[in-house]
Amino acid sequence: MAEETKPTKIIDARGSYCPGPLMELIKNYKQAKTGDVISLYSSDSGTKTDAPAWIKKSGNELIGVYDRDGYFEIVLKKTRQ
Amino acid sequence: MTDKLSLLLVSGTSDKLMAGAIIASGAIANDMDVDIFVSFWGLMEFRKGAAGKVKLSYDGKDIEKEVLQKMAQKKIPSWIDMIRQAKEVGNVKVYGCAMFADLMDLKKDDLDPIIDEIIGVSQFVAMAKDSKMTLFI
Repeated sequence: MAEETKPTKIIDARGSYCPGPLMELIKNYKQAKTGDVISLYSSDSGTKTDAPAWIKKSGNELIGVYDRDGYFEIVLKKTRQ
Repeated sequence: MTDKLSLLLVSGTSDKLMAGAIIASGAIANDMDVDIFVSFWGLMEFRKGAAGKVKLSYDGKDIEKEVLQKMAQKKIPSWIDMIRQAKEVGNVKVYGCAMFADLMDLKKDDLDPIIDEIIGVSQFVAMAKDSKMTLFI
């Protein structure tokens, strides 16, 4: 991930299963400010597709989905109010 | 107007209650409001302190031991915690069925605070009538 998109908040939802990580993401998203960058760590395979789909559908920016060591990281930028 | 999902939960086993909780969460992620109407064995599980026991429906009896072990190992949250989380994240309301509550002498105070109100079936049908989806689980 590029330096300029350093997350404002990291949610470590590793070990939690669907729908846990996505719910954590939405909960934190609602508390975040426009422009905040939220990074979600998850080891649940459903989240890998569900979270990016939610980010796009909600009209926010999906910065990336990254495979990490034994988990993956999904990064969103809150672009909506 | 926000789209809405209406769920009717009648079963008291974890597999079915969990299915309801997961679908409610999915609805929240799709920007839907959720109304959950709980009756019969479902409502018995919403009594204060009753939700801790994990049991499966008859369909799952042959693999119950394995499923329960895996759920414990993987620390799967309980269905009631999933509904609590869905309520924190979105607009989820849980209603107890007045008929069954009367039948079993259950007052709102006997039920977990997750239950917003005890209502009659016609109120639930009115909610379901305005919903995009209604599921009976």
